[in-house]
Amino acid sequence: MPVPIEYYLVLSAFMFITGVAGVLTRRNAIVVFMSVELMLNSANLTLVTFSSYLGNPIGQLFVFFVMTVAAAEAAVGLAIIIALFRNKLTMNIDEINILKW
Amino acid sequence: MRETRDSSVAALPTQNRIIMSIELILFIIFGLVAAVSGILMITRANPVMSALFLIVNFGSLAGLYILLNAQFIAVAEVIVYAGAIMVLFLFVIMLLRPEHEKLAFKIPGIKAFSIVIAFLVFFQLAYVIFFAHPGLSLKPDVAASIKAGTVETIGRELFTNYVLPFEAAGYLLLAATIGAVVLAKKKFD
Repeated sequence: MPVPIEYYLVLSAFMFITGVAGVLTRRNAIVVFMSVELMLNSANLTLVTFSSYLGNPIGQLFVFFVMTVAAAEAAVGLAIIIALFRNKLTMNIDEINILKW
Repeated sequence: MRETRDSSVAALPTQNRIIMSIELILFIIFGLVAAVSGILMITRANPVMSALFLIVNFGSLAGLYILLNAQFIAVAEVIVYAGAIMVLFLFVIMLLRPEHEKLAFKIPGIKAFSIVIAFLVFFQLAYVIFFAHPGLSLKPDVAASIKAGTVETIGRELFTNYVLPFEAAGYLLLAATIGAVVLAKKKFD
């Protein structure tokens, strides 16, 4: 393992922060959703890094389950975005406020 | 490459060093591609370009997983994320009307504020990672790491110790499929 584990962790932190900045700054619901996927992937990178450096396969099993949940989340989330678009004709998350009162 | 390196750790230190530096160079290439494509993903105004840069990001992540000896996860990353999930995203982007994003906020300056907050959190995290220095307490074992990443090991764990979560994941996917069909079909009342 010639690459220090800190490099992987800092790369993962940077990707997570990129996702956070995307969620905070973008207004398009689909791009916000993609930023969430980026954050999920940075968490996956941390899990695989520790799993590999410890020689323990459990971390990679968790990544498998995270991928399953991400696939389910993407399907349901995009269906919600389609339903909202049918209703409000917009993807701007500032205008989607039907749960607000 | 791995096999030759394992057998030549003691015998050929020069060759070992060359392979080590190749691994570091590959890490730097894949890491840079991942970081830059992530930034490009959140800065493009066109959502299709964002999705394409996210696919680039997933591809370089798969390369990093290969560097970490996680073969199964690398292949699953390409198939599940870069394949299935991003095709779903692109289909939804193309189904819906591509509208111009209103980049202006109601409260001025909130964008700069959120970027500053994000960078503060990043420097905090990087400081903690380098300060705690987890590499000191780890004794990485390349043979164990290669063994942990194979399809055989992960499959055995999935079907013995983790068979219940595995079945639950199957039901979760079924529920998500039904939910997606129901949600996308009907109009709200």
